[in-house]
Amino acid sequence: MTTITADNAPAGHEHLQEYDHGADHKPSFFARWFMSTNHKDIGTLYLIFAIFAGVVGGAISGLMRIELNQPGIQHLVLWSQFLGEEGSLTQAKHLWNVLVTAHGLIMVFFMVMPAMIGGFGNWFVPIMIGAPDMAFPRMNNVSFWLLVPAFILLLGSTFVPGGLGNGAGTGWTVYAPLSTAGSAGPAVDMAILALHLAGASSILGAINFITTIFNMRAPGMTINKMPLFVWSVLVTAFLLLLALPVLAAAITMLLTDRNFGTTFFDAAGGGDPILYQHLFWFFGHPEVYIMILPGFGMVSQIISTFSKKPIFGYLGMAYAMVAIGVVGFVVWAHHMFTTGLSVNLKMYFTAATMVIAVPTGIKIFSWIATMWGGSLTFKTPMMWAIGFIFMFTVGGVTGVVLANGGVDTYMQDTYYVVAHFHYVLSLGAVFSLFAGFYYWFPKMSGKMYNEFLGQLHFWVFFIGVNVLFFPMHFLGQQGMPRRYPDYADAYAHWNQIASTWGYSIMLAGMLIFFVNLIWSLAAGRKAAANPWGEGATTLEWTLSSPPPFHQFEQLPKIA
Amino acid sequence: MTPQLRTAAIFGAMTISMVGVGYASVPLYNMFCRVTGFNGTTGRADEAQAAEVPVYVDKTISVRFDSNVDRDLPWEFRPEHPTDTVSLGARDMAIFIAKNNGSEPITGTASFNVTPVTAGRYFKKIQCFCFTEQTIAAGEQVRMPVLYFVDPKLLDDPDTRDIEEITLSYTFHRTKNGDTEG
Repeated sequence: MTTITADNAPAGHEHLQEYDHGADHKPSFFARWFMSTNHKDIGTLYLIFAIFAGVVGGAISGLMRIELNQPGIQHLVLWSQFLGEEGSLTQAKHLWNVLVTAHGLIMVFFMVMPAMIGGFGNWFVPIMIGAPDMAFPRMNNVSFWLLVPAFILLLGSTFVPGGLGNGAGTGWTVYAPLSTAGSAGPAVDMAILALHLAGASSILGAINFITTIFNMRAPGMTINKMPLFVWSVLVTAFLLLLALPVLAAAITMLLTDRNFGTTFFDAAGGGDPILYQHLFWFFGHPEVYIMILPGFGMVSQIISTFSKKPIFGYLGMAYAMVAIGVVGFVVWAHHMFTTGLSVNLKMYFTAATMVIAVPTGIKIFSWIATMWGGSLTFKTPMMWAIGFIFMFTVGGVTGVVLANGGVDTYMQDTYYVVAHFHYVLSLGAVFSLFAGFYYWFPKMSGKMYNEFLGQLHFWVFFIGVNVLFFPMHFLGQQGMPRRYPDYADAYAHWNQIASTWGYSIMLAGMLIFFVNLIWSLAAGRKAAANPWGEGATTLEWTLSSPPPFHQFEQLPKIA
Repeated sequence: MTPQLRTAAIFGAMTISMVGVGYASVPLYNMFCRVTGFNGTTGRADEAQAAEVPVYVDKTISVRFDSNVDRDLPWEFRPEHPTDTVSLGARDMAIFIAKNNGSEPITGTASFNVTPVTAGRYFKKIQCFCFTEQTIAAGEQVRMPVLYFVDPKLLDDPDTRDIEEITLSYTFHRTKNGDTEG
């Protein structure tokens, strides 16, 4: 797409920056990792944080699958006793709600977002546009370190009262009145404050990205020459800035409703709980695009690299993301089809939601067109990227089904919805994260990952998550509702397959990932500056692997 | 100011204004519901407006009354007659009876809506005990009127013209501070 001549780092040469000794002067351990202002170090911290949070969130989903292995409530009573409760059935059921809530919040706010935006965004946006660092390096540090207390607050809420038992059992949506009148005790307050902190962290990060991308592009790097990953982070940052403050306002209202006697969402004082749902989903729908757009960007880079072709329809790809972002703000009530919307409103939200399939389709077809006639190599990142396209399309199709107001009346809050959003997130966003991780692992660590283990990880994980989530379509169509620890015997078959086979295979895949990660860090082959060959055209491949501590002291020129 | 700081200031201001939009949505939503009858919010009319509405004597509609009490309010609350049949445009008065079974005077506020929700904009109240707070002494029983009419424009709206029955529902809550209009 563009020809790059980086003055201080021509492509393919490994020891280019050694003449510049200042560039690799690293501070001491504590100063480097705890007071970090270096975008690459902060990116690494975000990735470590996201992996840790992913393990916690994934373990919680394991607990849920164990409980759902059979009809009836088998384990929750015991688990609630572990948390120091008496273990009454009510507390056990409350614990279920706590697990559902924690899994959702952790995966959204502490795994996917930090990995995509904080991790890969921090690492590669400045490098890809030829900037030495982010615009506000110290604010970048604040962004990361806000996330840590937020996570501690959320995890800590599990051990304090939150209504019928310990912990916040409101669902990730924190709907009133369950989250106000229905959850006495400090747990929900702690969870809300965790969201405030995580939101503030993301807003600061978003301002940082926008400022960096608008002001610090290298000479010749015009907006319409930026790599698509940078485009995706730019659109995501705008979505964050427009959506998160509305969530902040809504959950602040929850806090004052809970603690200071306001009645924003309490009918007794003239408020309306439905208003909370509108505010939440005005944030919540853009939020789902926040979680997937950087993945789109990464997949675009990877497909192009391993097809040895520039991405098909570059401008269309960039503006498709803008279109998804814009339309994403006017479809929120499709999450609320059963709250008593009029027929006309349902028609509007159905149609508007389906419109999003158009720019999404442009992206899917452009990825396929990029591969078409390309010189393909199926390295691990490419496998994950193709897996992403496949799985995200499945999730997109069920999304179009659910977009129908009439169908949704039937499907609302069933496992069909669970299947849908896990196909776009757990198999979409997570696949793109793994794609990006394998793609950039040599660049970030300077070591090659093990190709065999990478391929094995892909296939085992791919089979695992499909066995885990595909049966949920059937369960949903048969009417199994979400968010219950127990179910009718008729649903036992597919639940058992999802639990015993799906989750275990997926877990085996994750173990392979960690083995690969540790093996590669310890004994991986040294990575060349550009291990992917001529298809990798973006600026990060012009730097050594790992890049020098400070890059681009002389700005590269983009022809 | 460096270009970086200027960009950050612009987008910081945008962030703060979006918090403002979040809060502004509270009165805007309230207004929106009242203007459009969204989600079964009933309309209000004064005597003069009500007098101008034509009465369709041969077009009647059944109105059912539903009454509920919040669980922390020791009141009994019921309509005197559970149903009424009214002509479109004609004024009708319904009486609700409330009794305080508690041992001290309690102030309550009633929230309300109608189903089908699409009928909200055509269900107009001229007077209602729900417009104000109601204080009932311990052991006292009170009769509370609602003066309303169903706007005949209901017949012109394809979403509502087939409606034969409207349910008006009230729930009494212990009064909290806050906006009691709605």
